Amino acid sequence: MTLKTLIGAAALTALATVAQADVKVGMITTLSGGGAGLGMDVRDGFMLALKQSGRDDIEVIIEDDQRKPDVAVQIADRMIQAEDVDVLTGIIWSNLAMAVVPSATAQGKFYLSPNAGPSALAGKGCHPLYFNVAWQNDNLHEAAGAYANSAGYANSFILAPNYPAGQDALTGYKRFYEGDLAGEIYTKLGQTDYAAEIAQIRASGADSVFFFLPGGMGISFLKQYADAGVDIPVVGPAFSFDQGILQAVGDAALGVVNTSQWSKDLDNPTNAAFVESFEAEYGRLPSLYASQGFDTANLLISAVAAADVSDAAAFQAALEAANFDSTRGDFAFGPNHHPIQDIYVREVIKEGEIYTNKVIGIGLEDHADAYAAECQM
Amino acid sequence: MTFVLLAEQVLNGLQFGVMLFLMAAGLTLIFGVMGLINLAHGSLYMVGAFAAAATAAATGSFLLALAASLAAAAAAGALMELMVIRRLYARDHLDQVLATFALILIFSEGTRWLFGSFPLYLDIPDALSGPISLPFGIDYPRYRLAIIGIGLVVAFAMYLLITRTRIGIQIRAGEEDREMIAALGVDISKLYTIVFALGAALAGFAGALIGAIQSVQVGMGEPVLILAFVVIVIGGIGSVKGALVGSILVGLTDTLGRALLPVAFATFMEPSAATSLGASLASMAIYILMAAVLILRPRGLYGAA
Repeated sequence: MTLKTLIGAAALTALATVAQADVKVGMITTLSGGGAGLGMDVRDGFMLALKQSGRDDIEVIIEDDQRKPDVAVQIADRMIQAEDVDVLTGIIWSNLAMAVVPSATAQGKFYLSPNAGPSALAGKGCHPLYFNVAWQNDNLHEAAGAYANSAGYANSFILAPNYPAGQDALTGYKRFYEGDLAGEIYTKLGQTDYAAEIAQIRASGADSVFFFLPGGMGISFLKQYADAGVDIPVVGPAFSFDQGILQAVGDAALGVVNTSQWSKDLDNPTNAAFVESFEAEYGRLPSLYASQGFDTANLLISAVAAADVSDAAAFQAALEAANFDSTRGDFAFGPNHHPIQDIYVREVIKEGEIYTNKVIGIGLEDHADAYAAECQM
Repeated sequence: MTFVLLAEQVLNGLQFGVMLFLMAAGLTLIFGVMGLINLAHGSLYMVGAFAAAATAAATGSFLLALAASLAAAAAAGALMELMVIRRLYARDHLDQVLATFALILIFSEGTRWLFGSFPLYLDIPDALSGPISLPFGIDYPRYRLAIIGIGLVVAFAMYLLITRTRIGIQIRAGEEDREMIAALGVDISKLYTIVFALGAALAGFAGALIGAIQSVQVGMGEPVLILAFVVIVIGGIGSVKGALVGSILVGLTDTLGRALLPVAFATFMEPSAATSLGASLASMAIYILMAAVLILRPRGLYGAA
């Protein structure tokens, strides 16, 4: 736990003792180790929305899961049993979500996912108390496949790490992509050197490359890809192009097309206000993770305003209504409590000294996930 | 698989191996001379990369960045030895593992506190960017070729240091019999600090070189550390020559495994199954290599009997 979180937590506890909170939220997210940037963005976006709402009846307890499923489970158990939280949120990684969410919802707690959207929780494993405010895991990859068709790509080389979300990614891309495959590679999770893969891409005769390599893996891949002098165009989901890591990739990312449900330059008043206030509050530009944290908090606030959390059916209905202004513009829940939303196509540009994204089109409009039909609530 | 692709993959394997050597050489020296298991060696790699990224951002010079990585990692290593490691020589390996694991956490959170949670930017110098055309129509990144060259120069320098200099004699003597060289009047604690700082500097140097083509972020050292341990187990603990041979073996096995196994499986299986089985087996390849070496030579290729 960082000093900032400690101070934040202390301040919140102090706040809580003054005004007895009506809704208690447990946030389990990654604040240390390699993936900490994502968790911090979700947390900061969430807390910004709460601060702007001015409500003092929502109390948030924040804990660091260290990106470890066992730690996340322990924290969830403590929050549910000892702290008696009403709502859980915050988890970044799908494997952690799979460890925590089913047991939390079975114990009657609401779970609002600001990021992870494993297919298992969208289809047969869906639950009335589980809401995903970000996306189902496959969504951005599906949009990348749709974009590849419209760009006229007919021979893609695709790669992703060899773990469930990586397999979901390639499945999602192939679900929409209509051309041939020049090659398909599963890399090691956490791999940092892609020389062997890049040599294969160069030799494959592909006309496009699709990759899903979140965080540091994507930085390494893009830098090495640019340095190898391969000029086959690259497409990927937004995870390798978010605001937090673009500066570390530098010129190697310029012009790369990526798909996202959110972008800093989406033209709606909620988003403009969000981007401006986030930058003013934290001194950096928001990422898509921050927008997801912000939307999650606003969804929660809208439900708290409409219903009492102790009345589960009414609170669920209030969440389902999704009666809040999303940074993404239109936002609605499908029957399995996953978003139906536009997925945009963005391009990496340079604004002054800062690398960022610009929307260049819509990949998929009002897109719902492929698993909704399997969900029986 | 064409000859050009295969040649390129061999170069990739060589480059990866040379990189691992810079990590493993320090680790094996420290273990050989002091009998210490240093889990925090990966943190020194990270310190080097962060020092280089910060210096490059401030001055724009890659050479200064490399110098800074050497200096920062050596200083961090010497400090670590003086403040913590020194107390651990007489303790058993479990205590050493616990203490150096604590150092990993301290270094990681300390780095996050100083530099934040987001990866830093470090780019390769302009003179070395882009590919170069080699004979037989091979296009290979200049920078990776430079890394191979630098690594081999460092290996040769290490060889000279250990076989031709006074400090080298002391290091070799220290590996043979610690008590004896202390009894002969060598200032053993100074020797330990020097060896530790040397190993740290090599790790930091590796971090800076690799940071330019990968991401400079907190926790970047631990995956490399695991591979470095595999290397020194294969090469024989304490042997720098073993570290060199082990690194190149591991580098080649890992790279060629990733490139060739899926292709090999695809000759008799359907493509998607071959891809996933090949990828899974490739990630195990170096551990299978390690097991095989240990069965044939339980003390590693060049380990003392």
